[in-house]
Amino acid sequence: MNRYMIYLNTKRCIGCHACEVHCKTNKKLPVGPILCEITHDPLKKIKGVPKTEFYFRSCYHCEDPYCISVCPTGAMQKREDGIVFIEEEKCIGCMLCAGACPWHVPQFNPATGKAVKCDFCKDRIDQGLSPACVSKCTTKALKFVEIKPFSA
Amino acid sequence: MRTVWSICGMCTVRCPIKVEVDNNEIKWIEGNPYLLGGSLCARGAAGEALVKDSEKPQTPLIRKGPRGSGKWDPVSWETAIDYLATKLENIISKYGARSIMVSTRGGPWQDMWKAFCFALGSPNYTNHDSACGRNIHHASLSVYGVGRKGFALDIKNTKHLILFGRNILASLGVAEVNQVLDMMEKGGRLTYIDCRQTLTGIKAHRFFMINPGTDYALCLGMINEIINQNAYDAEFIEKYVLGFEELKKFIEPYTAEWAAKECGIKAKNIKEFVSEIAQQKPQVIFHRGWMLSRYRDSFYTSRAIHILNVLMGNIEVPGGQIFTKGAADCQKKGPRNFSSLVKKPEEKRADGVGWRYKHFDAGPGLFHLFYDAMLTEDPYPIKALICYRHDPFTCFPDPEAQKEALDNCELLVSIDTHYSEFGWYSDIILPESTYLERETPIALKKGTKPYLWLRQRVLEPRYNTKANWEIFLLLTERLGLKNVFPFKDIDEIWEWQLEPTGFSIEDFNDKGFIPLTDKPVLYDREKLEGKFKTPTGKIEIISNKLEEAGFPSLKPYESPCRPPKGKYRLIFGRSPVHTHSHTINNPLLHELMPENTLWLNAREAQKLGIKEGDLVDIIADSVKFTGKAHVTEFIHPEVVYTVHGFGREIPYQTRAYNAGFADQKLMEGLLQRMDPVGGGLCLCERFVIVRRSSRNPKRRVEL
Repeated sequence: MNRYMIYLNTKRCIGCHACEVHCKTNKKLPVGPILCEITHDPLKKIKGVPKTEFYFRSCYHCEDPYCISVCPTGAMQKREDGIVFIEEEKCIGCMLCAGACPWHVPQFNPATGKAVKCDFCKDRIDQGLSPACVSKCTTKALKFVEIKPFSA
Repeated sequence: MRTVWSICGMCTVRCPIKVEVDNNEIKWIEGNPYLLGGSLCARGAAGEALVKDSEKPQTPLIRKGPRGSGKWDPVSWETAIDYLATKLENIISKYGARSIMVSTRGGPWQDMWKAFCFALGSPNYTNHDSACGRNIHHASLSVYGVGRKGFALDIKNTKHLILFGRNILASLGVAEVNQVLDMMEKGGRLTYIDCRQTLTGIKAHRFFMINPGTDYALCLGMINEIINQNAYDAEFIEKYVLGFEELKKFIEPYTAEWAAKECGIKAKNIKEFVSEIAQQKPQVIFHRGWMLSRYRDSFYTSRAIHILNVLMGNIEVPGGQIFTKGAADCQKKGPRNFSSLVKKPEEKRADGVGWRYKHFDAGPGLFHLFYDAMLTEDPYPIKALICYRHDPFTCFPDPEAQKEALDNCELLVSIDTHYSEFGWYSDIILPESTYLERETPIALKKGTKPYLWLRQRVLEPRYNTKANWEIFLLLTERLGLKNVFPFKDIDEIWEWQLEPTGFSIEDFNDKGFIPLTDKPVLYDREKLEGKFKTPTGKIEIISNKLEEAGFPSLKPYESPCRPPKGKYRLIFGRSPVHTHSHTINNPLLHELMPENTLWLNAREAQKLGIKEGDLVDIIADSVKFTGKAHVTEFIHPEVVYTVHGFGREIPYQTRAYNAGFADQKLMEGLLQRMDPVGGGLCLCERFVIVRRSSRNPKRRVEL
């Protein structure tokens, strides 16, 4: 059962793309892979004002991820709390994971020759911190949310 | 691992930051948690990429080919300083110190180079502001007697924020953006006015897409309607304002119906807007903007925006415009500055400000007017230009016209972290360390809660670069000014600056800044006498100072010129991932936005046969660019728009080289087109031809 998700308060999101760079700098990524993304719909007039909504996407951390079953070395793994991550030492950079993922979430890191993807900054989570994108979001639009079973 | 408190330098908002560093490597950069809750924008995040970028000057460079040829001799700092000082000494002995001009990008650390200029004996210190906020500043002085930085805007607590083309969420400062969103979360309203839709406008409750250049008409219509509906703060006006009766008379013909027609919007919407703010005042802020060098009447537009605020009575109230407070307001003493060590030379300025143009603020004067002096030697020759952190070729229009004037100079100096287009044309480049590799002197941040702040060195420089203060000390010592600036290093400078304040440098260790007060300082709104520094001590809707200079206080409206058939008005703006030209070559920001596009109205595009993504030619007189089209219905049909800063032509910047196109290079003929009253340039008064480019292939001929 996934414990976490990243939620975007679209009312506060201004489409500044800071999250994408905070993610990259925290993971020391070179030009190439971008592990989360902000997108928006084409503008539409609502009550006289052209409007749009922003969306945030990183990895969905699927319940039953194709990227794990296709990984030939067991580098792609899932933690008990649901975080899907890559154990870098085991990754050979074959990128089967990217092909298996319906959204092509895993990306090739030219600096290491291995795959890289969003792991909710698990090292930070384990220290009780938020992922980099959430911690430093320009407008505090991103929230790191712990999903709890509904109890009446 | 150590924590360094510093200040971001990716744009001129200068957000306070906290950096974790280990073994000269950055581990983490975030916004100062005490002031920004950790938030930082994309540019701030890309700071480390700036440090590691090798495509910037790595050691002092002396030109060896013709100007602009890109042939450089890398030299030591000793050679560079000696070369520069010898040149300066020769120029001083031949033409006098007054022939040296120093320009910096404005801000809290301009003080050092201003003091340098004055210590040499030249009054000709200037900055970039005639292409930025001069109209607003002069308009603010004429209304309140205090400059544009004299008020802090309490946006968070306002009930209605009105933005005239102030794209506040894209030209972003972290604290200000959060104020806007907090205000909206509390139910505050946002009205946005522009001739295109922007990242800010999409959040607005009300959007007026007006005809380009008609902002003044809309202001006048709003003033008329406010008076018509008795929606103004009569008590405040009675107490503090001079000229309200004259305003009432002047405004009579400018009805909401008239303004609606001129601006291309509905009168009903102006009236509804006024009925709304009538209920919300004084918690209504008409944002005065930062950059308002656009049209020939931008000064009067700015003045009208100030007057709209005055009518709301929004001064010195929460949710309004609050006088910025300094150290004295907190019963403290401020830090020392370099200007206190020198006397401003009495020589008249070469830009004519203060004597030929008596209505302008003589502080930094007006940069573009120095070009006149270079060409005509009137009032005297200008032979050297030192630009610190300032790129006039990107900041001001028409670089080719600028070069004609600069060719009369014997010395052009660029002190900057990167290759500026001016630097590329100059005679010597002194590479400054990036903001993460340098310290700055201590500055006082004025505001409702003033504090002391400084930039501290996070990393040792990667290349053979030096901090601003190091370059300053080397140069002043070599020029025999050691007795004026007797400092050994930054520690001595800081200690000397802090002495009157009673604080020590260790006091920055806790939070990275030293607060001078716990609570916001507000004056008693009933006793604001003496706070308005106008000649009469009142808020002056009618300004005798302006009238004496031959300008009306309230200018009758004139419609802007419409573009001739087949042409479009070129306008420009900002993106949240770039800071003008500074960041275009930054690897991580280039990755997000590698080039700009030409926004074009969908119906016009259809007429021209242009589709989204097509290559288009953008043609001024002799300058032509080819770029990509962005076709949208949410831009006025008479304008085309682009993001400023692209179209750079420095081969060493491989990412930015010839990527996109440069609006300022298309602005041929605008270098001396100045708002005569406000001193700002009219940067939105260039019409260009747009056509589908012949470079769009019809078929593929090759395999």
